[in-house]
Amino acid sequence: MIVEAGHFALVLALVLALAQGTFPLIGAATGRSDFMAVGRHAALGQFTLIAISFAALTYAYVTSDFSVANVVQNSHTAKPLLYKITGVWANHEGSMLLWILILGAFGAMVAFFGANLPASLRARVLAVQGLIGFGFILFILFTSNPFDRIWPPPPDGRGLNPLLQDPGLAFHPPFLYFGYVGFSVAFAFAVAALIEGRVDPAWARWVRPWTLAAWCSLTLGIALGSWWAYYELGWGGFWFWDPVENASFLPWLSGTALLHSAIVVEKRDALKSWTVLLAVLTFSLSLMGTFLVRSGVLTSVHAFATDPARGVFILALLVIASGGSLLLYAVRAPSMQGGGLFAPISREGSLVLNNLLLATATATVFLGTLYPLFLDVLDAGKVSVGPPFFNMTFVPLMVPVIVAMGIGPMLAWKRGDLPGVLSRLWLALALAAAIGIGTLIAMGVQSVLAALAMALAGWLMASVLVEWAERVKLFRAPLQESWRRARHIPRSSYGMSVAHAGLAVIVAGITASSAWQTEVIRQMRAGDTVEVAGYSMQFEGVREQRGPNYISRQGEFLVTRNGSVVTTLTPERRAYPIEGDTTTEAAIHTTWLADLYAVIGDGNAEAGWSVRLYHNPLVPWIWVGAVIMVLGGLVSLSDRRHRVGVPERRRARPGPAMPAPAE
Amino acid sequence: MKRFWAAILVACSLLASQSSLAIRPDEVLADPVLEERAREIGKQLRCLVCQNQSIDDSDADLARDLRILVRERLQQGDTDDEVLAYMKARYGDFVLLKPPMGPVTYLLWFGPALLGVAGIVAVVFFFRRNRERPDEPTLTDAERRRIAEVIGDRPEAGGT
Repeated sequence: MIVEAGHFALVLALVLALAQGTFPLIGAATGRSDFMAVGRHAALGQFTLIAISFAALTYAYVTSDFSVANVVQNSHTAKPLLYKITGVWANHEGSMLLWILILGAFGAMVAFFGANLPASLRARVLAVQGLIGFGFILFILFTSNPFDRIWPPPPDGRGLNPLLQDPGLAFHPPFLYFGYVGFSVAFAFAVAALIEGRVDPAWARWVRPWTLAAWCSLTLGIALGSWWAYYELGWGGFWFWDPVENASFLPWLSGTALLHSAIVVEKRDALKSWTVLLAVLTFSLSLMGTFLVRSGVLTSVHAFATDPARGVFILALLVIASGGSLLLYAVRAPSMQGGGLFAPISREGSLVLNNLLLATATATVFLGTLYPLFLDVLDAGKVSVGPPFFNMTFVPLMVPVIVAMGIGPMLAWKRGDLPGVLSRLWLALALAAAIGIGTLIAMGVQSVLAALAMALAGWLMASVLVEWAERVKLFRAPLQESWRRARHIPRSSYGMSVAHAGLAVIVAGITASSAWQTEVIRQMRAGDTVEVAGYSMQFEGVREQRGPNYISRQGEFLVTRNGSVVTTLTPERRAYPIEGDTTTEAAIHTTWLADLYAVIGDGNAEAGWSVRLYHNPLVPWIWVGAVIMVLGGLVSLSDRRHRVGVPERRRARPGPAMPAPAE
Repeated sequence: MKRFWAAILVACSLLASQSSLAIRPDEVLADPVLEERAREIGKQLRCLVCQNQSIDDSDADLARDLRILVRERLQQGDTDDEVLAYMKARYGDFVLLKPPMGPVTYLLWFGPALLGVAGIVAVVFFFRRNRERPDEPTLTDAERRRIAEVIGDRPEAGGT
């Protein structure tokens, strides 16, 4: 009964989505305010209905209702409650339901917080969101219905892929989808602006917080996924340039470019049509990511759905949404006039460089990810595009990005003084050189590339600090004056500093862990000891343990350094009898400067067990850095300019809005 | 053909769940320099029956066979390039994770650079066009008079 209610609510949501997608558009075109008002109510109603539908499916999972096919395929009574709940979205049908739940939530938020938007713009934004929702609900109802019943119900379910029974991966999809779908708001604003034919700083101010929120969530989602790969897949890697990883990385790259170009629109009323294009492309890449993962077109570890009907449906959605909006762009963008002028060497100029490099990087990853597919479709042969390609092409593009990130924020708007900025950055330059040379001395000449990368990380971190010190006139004015200045710097500026510092931490983490990892692969018997990067690891043997729905073989290593005990590492192999699968649970001890990482494999007491032991320097910094970046985004999001009501005052002025004064 | 790949995929995932670690201790060469080279080569070669895994990362039996093959070639005195060429001759371009340069892959290898150059050209044009436009919209005489009226005196005070 509850399951049917959920199904019915989804059908009602489809109808409301169609209403939301049509009436406000007609209303905005003909100036009928009653039609425009439909959007707001429909968005709130649609969200409520999808939430009911989602709750119904969750209920079926929690109560293990095995008359629902989806529950049978992905759940089991013996599964812990947490994974019964996360099992809702750990499969194709449920994850699409989560997708539209988040889409509905964004629609409701626009309806709720959008009271200060001009009526026609709000109507059009909500209509575009309604149309996207319509497409995806239709997709679920026709090709991926999670509410299908089976009869007779089997006594128990088939369980969930054990790899997915993990806290890191359980919350990876919600964050990722919040990011993907969050970009739909920027997309809706872009399409609405194209229909209206006007983009101004006020528009950028509305778009930015949504983009920022989506970006923060996507960053966290990607970081969670990579963290999961690190501790679960058991070979100490954290990024594999897998097509499915790239599918989430592409919208991240172009979304990052969008965040930066929107600043130029907001502050200087320039780069308008480019920013609109980026908003369209970013959401198109999100849709493409959904298509690649959901259609199973690139079968890889992540793709657990393989059904051509679904692929064709999503591809059609992708073509309609991206193709339609790009066509609209081609027609309307030429009429958009650029606003503020600026010299190549200026803050705007540095943001243009950022966009140029990020766009090229996006194109590179796009090409590398889809190239094998293109060739396959054209029957032109089979090639593999793997990590060596991306390391050769993507990484060099990031070098100028980081160099420019140190300089750009210190350049003035309109016309900057590059030699002046460079001379004020002497401290950062000196620090970068010192780190580079220090690394070379400590690690040897063969680490020359890694030393350069560490120098870059140092350069970025130091230039962020120098930029802040310059702003508050640290040590050049009385401390009281500096404190007063520090409190008056806008939050968005602090957000930038924090996020850039986060990237510096990530670069250091990636460099050190790839360049200076220590690995020991051994066959070990109880009592054997090996040395790993100055740590002595004594193998104590293996014992069997029982978990809630698995049997575990747990190895034990006593780790000592210079005779004193550091920790005990207990890597596991878990066998899941219901799913007939095993997983590797790496044991990790972190000092925040390095991880000790142990994995245990097959073997027996006589012949010994095959083990892998790692010392991964600075690897925790990758995720610490990602969290710092997200914090930066959140700080920027809390800037008072983004709060409700502020844009309204700006809008009150008739005619083209004035660019905000440069800060 | 599709069915063949599907079957291989299933086989691969079954194998993956049986064994556990990619490189097993008995494969490791005694000579650390040679082993290091073998690892670097392993990262360049694709496990043919897996999706996007190098033979260095894969648990599949085929990956193990290839790893052992790489080590045999190295012990017989092959250079790194010779090992890669040998693998390519045996298994085709598909085995190389860094696709070889050739007519089919020109677009892949030069595409990013072409796009980057196109971007630079677009940016140059953007700044050129900007330079041709007047820096600030100038006021007409009528507007100046109107400003003077509003401000009261000093006709030049309105400009920025």
